[in-house]
Amino acid sequence: MTTEYAFPRRAGGAKLSTADANGWSGGPRPGSGSPAGNGTVSGSTVDLEEVAKFSAMAEAWWDPRGSFRPLHRLNPVRIGYIRDMVERHFGKNREQSTNQPLAGLSALDIGCGGGLLSEPLARLGAATTGIDASDRNIAIARTHAAQTGVKVTYLPCAAEDLVATGHRYDIVLAMEVIEHVSDPAVFLRTAAELMKPDGIMFVATLNRTLKSYAFAIVGAEYVLRWLPRGTHDWNKFLRPSEIARPLRQAGLSIRDLSGVAYQPINDRWDRSRDTDVNYMLCASR
Amino acid sequence: MTDKSSSRYAPGGPSAERPFHLVSEDATRAAAPLQADLAIIGGGMVGMSLAIACSEHGIKTALIEAEPAPALTDRGYDGRSSAIAYGSQQVLKAIGVWDLLKDQAQPILDIRVTDGGGDQRDARRPGGVSPFFVHYSHRDLAGDAAPPQSGDARPVDAPPFGYIVENRVSRVAMFERLQACPNVTHIAPATALSFKLDAERALVSLSDGRQVEAALVVAADGRHSALRGFAGIGISESDYRQSAIVCTVVHEKPHHGVAHEHFLPAGPFAMLPMTDDRDDDGRIRHRSSIVWTEDPRLVPMLLALDDDAFGAEIERRFGLTLGRVRPLGPRFSYPLKLLVAEKYLADRLVLVGDAAHGIHPIAGQGFNLGVRDVAALAEVLVDARRLGQDIGSPLVLERYARWRRFDNLLLVGVTDGLTRLFSNDLPPLRLARDLGFALFNKLRPVKRLAMRHAMGLVGNLPKLVRGEPL
Repeated sequence: MTTEYAFPRRAGGAKLSTADANGWSGGPRPGSGSPAGNGTVSGSTVDLEEVAKFSAMAEAWWDPRGSFRPLHRLNPVRIGYIRDMVERHFGKNREQSTNQPLAGLSALDIGCGGGLLSEPLARLGAATTGIDASDRNIAIARTHAAQTGVKVTYLPCAAEDLVATGHRYDIVLAMEVIEHVSDPAVFLRTAAELMKPDGIMFVATLNRTLKSYAFAIVGAEYVLRWLPRGTHDWNKFLRPSEIARPLRQAGLSIRDLSGVAYQPINDRWDRSRDTDVNYMLCASR
Repeated sequence: MTDKSSSRYAPGGPSAERPFHLVSEDATRAAAPLQADLAIIGGGMVGMSLAIACSEHGIKTALIEAEPAPALTDRGYDGRSSAIAYGSQQVLKAIGVWDLLKDQAQPILDIRVTDGGGDQRDARRPGGVSPFFVHYSHRDLAGDAAPPQSGDARPVDAPPFGYIVENRVSRVAMFERLQACPNVTHIAPATALSFKLDAERALVSLSDGRQVEAALVVAADGRHSALRGFAGIGISESDYRQSAIVCTVVHEKPHHGVAHEHFLPAGPFAMLPMTDDRDDDGRIRHRSSIVWTEDPRLVPMLLALDDDAFGAEIERRFGLTLGRVRPLGPRFSYPLKLLVAEKYLADRLVLVGDAAHGIHPIAGQGFNLGVRDVAALAEVLVDARRLGQDIGSPLVLERYARWRRFDNLLLVGVTDGLTRLFSNDLPPLRLARDLGFALFNKLRPVKRLAMRHAMGLVGNLPKLVRGEPL
């Protein structure tokens, strides 16, 4: 499963209608009485073998020491960035407490994979929807949310499918996704469409520089083996300007651009001025 | 002196019948597990501090304690006092406990370390037993060159090294503080019978039939931690072949805030200043807490002595610096062992305080290490919470383990080394350490560093230790 790496398989990706998917929402905990871990993926005729299989896969996705370790390590800096920028955009102290800084806002996580980003956002109070074109990823994400008791709506669909439903979100996230899509410009326009007029959009990806080739391809895939070989295609990496252009065409302006740099001493990622390898940006109208 | 506050928790007192936040007895038994973010097993000083620090930040906490609340504050339960180093005091301030106990905290203004080994016939000679001693004055920390001079507690710029507070007093204060905390469910008396992982949650079964389900379980259940055993975490332990006799004593002369530590062949003997109180006739009573390390074979005999004979044994070791000394209240003894847990983490389990490390009381650092554990863990958990992280994730907890391991092992090494260096009477070693003392006294930067470390002010400090909010 590691090679699939949980990004929307756009070519021939499953096109489930969102209505079908709604029966699957991450199991609500309060008052349900059953211990969380049963993986009771609510209602309907769920094949128990399937549930067991997805539980095993969820375990791998969510094992911070396993194949997805880089994403786990990257998570705190991503979430901190989102939280801070959202607070700046919408203003602090709307209706949120310090423990739920995103309360009252809706968030869409495009290419949510196993839900590594969706769950923390939900914990911070956002009404979170995660979409992924891979049915399997969605099943994994749902299984895990049921285990942790975090409430996230997961839908197996592509961003385009969601546009038609009319749902719009305060926060739209395209984190470590765009380097895997076939037409970034179309993808960004679609993502922008899913954002409410006063919303905010986040994009995180890898820059196309010599340095990123050295770090992200040679270093991460070949030397350190953080990622399976072939995870990334350097030619598909985008420069910040190549993201800014389609966003501007969709009427958005870049509000912030921040680099993400690895600190080997502490084995952690921090925000940085250096955008040559990993970077994040946010945009709004 | 603390009768006023302790009576609140005495058996039959108002709060004895209905401990706060207690889940009603029958309603929940055998029902769904209690849901929490954090389950702290062990409601002693370390467990309670952690519950207070975390619950303030929206971390839903279940605190499970083996003893019923009134017993914990009973005089007979724990006669020990703890040295609360300056850094720990900052933590207690930051979590709102300090104000509740500060009236019963005796500042330590001076520390006198004496090599009193050997000739015990001279031990009654007033004023000490060795020409060499280390004198730590809190004025050294202010950088002022005032000559070392025991006595009056004049206000000076430098903070005291720390404070001596009876454990019972700390517990009463923490218990009171807990009642004002949101998000805490206090369950007592109950112990953990099992610990198991259930997908992304941990499930603890309690002796009262209830279950608690949490993202993270904290073992704050002391040196003999059952949780540590359930999680299969091994320990290394070494026996000092010493026992500590601990009790409160009264003495004729005031202590002026001076803590004394005499290194005797059987082990260190500490006289730690406590606040004065009044006896039954209303007369002022000068009190100290003693930590007396002794050959375990002698301990039963010593404990059985009557007060006069026991007091005479103390004077034989300590001298008459404080005048006549007599014990007050119950005497306790503990075998002294060094204990280090092989690791601080298992899946969804973390060790704090004595469950992670038990050190020799030679430097009065046991509780302080526990408080620094609490400060670091609370910071790590609150930071994780603010990033929407699963607080039981290994990525979150590894930061705590890395952070604490160095500091803890350093103190384990220092206290272990000191104990082995001083608990003997070999002439060459004695000469070497006396010369070392004399040299140490002259090397102000080294001395200041040692003092600051003992105060908990060295290294990458958790915010709470720096006196900052989380």
